[in-house]
Amino acid sequence: MSLTNERIQQRLNEKFPDQLYNWQEPYGMLTFTGSKEINLKVMQFLFDDEELNFRFLSDLQAVHYPNQVGEELAVVYHLHNWVSNVRIRFKVFTDIKQPDVYSATALYQSANFMERETYDFFGVNFIGHPNLIRILNVDEMDYFPLRKEYPLEDQTRIDKDDEMFGR
Amino acid sequence: MSRPVQFNNTVKFQGIPEGYMGEGFMATNFEKVVSLARKNSIWPLPFATSCCGIEFMATMASHYDLARFGSERVGFSPRQCDLLMVMGTIAKKMGPVLKQVYVQMAEPRWVIAVGACASSGGIFDTYSVLQGIDQVIPVDVYVPGCPPRPEAILDGFMKIQDLVNAEGLRRRNSDQYKSLMESYGIQ
Amino acid sequence: MNDHILLPEGSIEKQTTTLNLGPTHPATHGVFQNVLELDGERILKATSTVGYIHRAFEKIAERRPLYQITPLTDRLNYCSSPINNMGWHLTCEKLLGVSTPKRVDYLRVIIMELARISDHLICNSIVGVDSGAYSGFLYVMQFRELIYEIYEEVCGSRLTTNIGRIGGFERNFTNAAFEKLEKFLDDKSGYPAQLREFENLFTRNRIFMERTIGCGPITAERAMNYGFTGPNLRAAGIDYDVRVHEPYSSYGDFNFTIPVGKTGDCYDRFLVRNAEMWESLSIIKQAYQKVQAFKGAEAEVYHADVPAYYLPEKKDVYTKMEALIYHFKIVMGETEIPAGELYNAVEGANGELGFYLISDGGRTPYRLHFRRPCFIYYQAYPELIKDGMLSDAVITMSSLNLIAGELDA
Repeated sequence: MSLTNERIQQRLNEKFPDQLYNWQEPYGMLTFTGSKEINLKVMQFLFDDEELNFRFLSDLQAVHYPNQVGEELAVVYHLHNWVSNVRIRFKVFTDIKQPDVYSATALYQSANFMERETYDFFGVNFIGHPNLIRILNVDEMDYFPLRKEYPLEDQTRIDKDDEMFGR
Repeated sequence: MSRPVQFNNTVKFQGIPEGYMGEGFMATNFEKVVSLARKNSIWPLPFATSCCGIEFMATMASHYDLARFGSERVGFSPRQCDLLMVMGTIAKKMGPVLKQVYVQMAEPRWVIAVGACASSGGIFDTYSVLQGIDQVIPVDVYVPGCPPRPEAILDGFMKIQDLVNAEGLRRRNSDQYKSLMESYGIQ
Repeated sequence: MNDHILLPEGSIEKQTTTLNLGPTHPATHGVFQNVLELDGERILKATSTVGYIHRAFEKIAERRPLYQITPLTDRLNYCSSPINNMGWHLTCEKLLGVSTPKRVDYLRVIIMELARISDHLICNSIVGVDSGAYSGFLYVMQFRELIYEIYEEVCGSRLTTNIGRIGGFERNFTNAAFEKLEKFLDDKSGYPAQLREFENLFTRNRIFMERTIGCGPITAERAMNYGFTGPNLRAAGIDYDVRVHEPYSSYGDFNFTIPVGKTGDCYDRFLVRNAEMWESLSIIKQAYQKVQAFKGAEAEVYHADVPAYYLPEKKDVYTKMEALIYHFKIVMGETEIPAGELYNAVEGANGELGFYLISDGGRTPYRLHFRRPCFIYYQAYPELIKDGMLSDAVITMSSLNLIAGELDA
């Protein structure tokens, strides 16, 4: 018996009535959004349930939408059910002024480095993470580079002529 | 009964320094002999960080053998090596590490920057990549390419050999060299 | 491994040493740092630091049109860069709704499996080098040169290939490329013979077995929780392979098995990679036969017919109006890119390489994230080496096939 997107949506809506919204299926992958308070509860339910069985966290990342005031940072979880071969995407939005999201490291060990990377790039503060420090950038960096307002190049260079490079 | 002495005068020597040769001895300039010995026995330290490191592995393997140039032994301790081959992108996080490795090397030491990333930052003009290792250490030869072919790495290595050959014994004590080291903040 | 001398509690020698297996170390292939806390030679704790080669790929990708991101993907897992390139092209094709003809799919499979062989080849021979056996490395590197020559026939470059385009390849495979492929596949003098010799050196070698069996094991549940994919996961016992679960590029047309190990230690990882090389050889043979079955006009097909995304031929650009317009639109970035978000995964040499692409309809992606397998399974390294010896830590590191470019991106 295969697990269809409608069935997943139905089970989730039964368990979390009216708390999950924005159901879409871009390119066949079920995508839904929830409030950031229930992100761990939803993932725990998807993990424990025998039928849903989403036991593998493929990916954890964030996206910055500077135009959505109050919900600028989206933390995106990609979960995968290996038995029925179904993937889903779960998004959680948070305000950029207070980007606190519960950490998933207790449930998935693979979330450890991925959350550190998300913190490093976007500044999302994961509550409950054992070691939330910068991972890829230098430790002394004081801004979060992948946010849209920061440029790609190093601004402190003096040896490059900006006119020649079209900047 | 003694054997007749034979002189082998059909073999030509390459790369011998000029000097006065006689039977069983040769008189030449001391610098030239030292340079000849140095250039044919360079021990490199492969500081391989990324893709250029894999091309270095191909250079070291049997197809494009680096050992025939005298680098049979690649060392990983900076105290024992002459040539620092920096291959791959150096990020800002790695810059101090590179400088520490360079400082530990004993004189005379040479540096070859292999690849576009080590020479000038390469295709990564970003906030996190050091735009060329000559921001932190002095470089002798730059090998362009992304990644350079093993032949190009060997060409760069041969240019280092030319540099080693031409270097006098007193260069490392000269004022010009000292001021170069000062400009990098290296004692 | 566990019968070492334990000093009594309170003895003066019972102190731990901190050892820095630093970013520049012959054992670390690539730059990452492990600070180990040792009790004699036994490892108590390890802390890893990565980021020494962080090149900000994801930020760069927000500035480049889709076809210019391919050279970035090369430099993720640079030992098998064609797989990364093809994965990216497949993601773009899914976004743009392009479907490739069968011949293109089969040619892609040949190139991807060659890349997989070249990556596993390096990994296995470096396990040998790290345990002191240098000769195996020298033997198999010769065939890596032959694989490079095949890449050169198609795309012009050896290592960071930037091979293929959105919709296919940049040029048809020449006869020389197929000849070199046949030379590679030859049973007597090609790679199969060399691989048999390599196996003879290592697989039942007593020293190698004693070095690697029981070294850095991991159970299947822990591996799944740590996000392992690829040969490391299959060595632990789970047969998850993206080529079988979500077949892409006509992998469903091929007949191959997935080798699976039991304990997930270094020996199992070595054997799994070895067996995967044999499977890849078999897939390449099948794909080659299928490619040769195309005759006539079909044998000239090397890209999909999508003039909106695939640059037209130069002679058409100079003579035909539509080709000129398409060329202009593609290069200046005026083509229609649909908005949407998708996650596409391919089976890289190290595991599931995923691309999470959010497009807002502009010429550059709004957000591109690479799900890099090395980065995710490197988290398990401190757990794998705990209570082992220092030299086992070195072997575990090289058998995990940690590639720094993929760790940091």
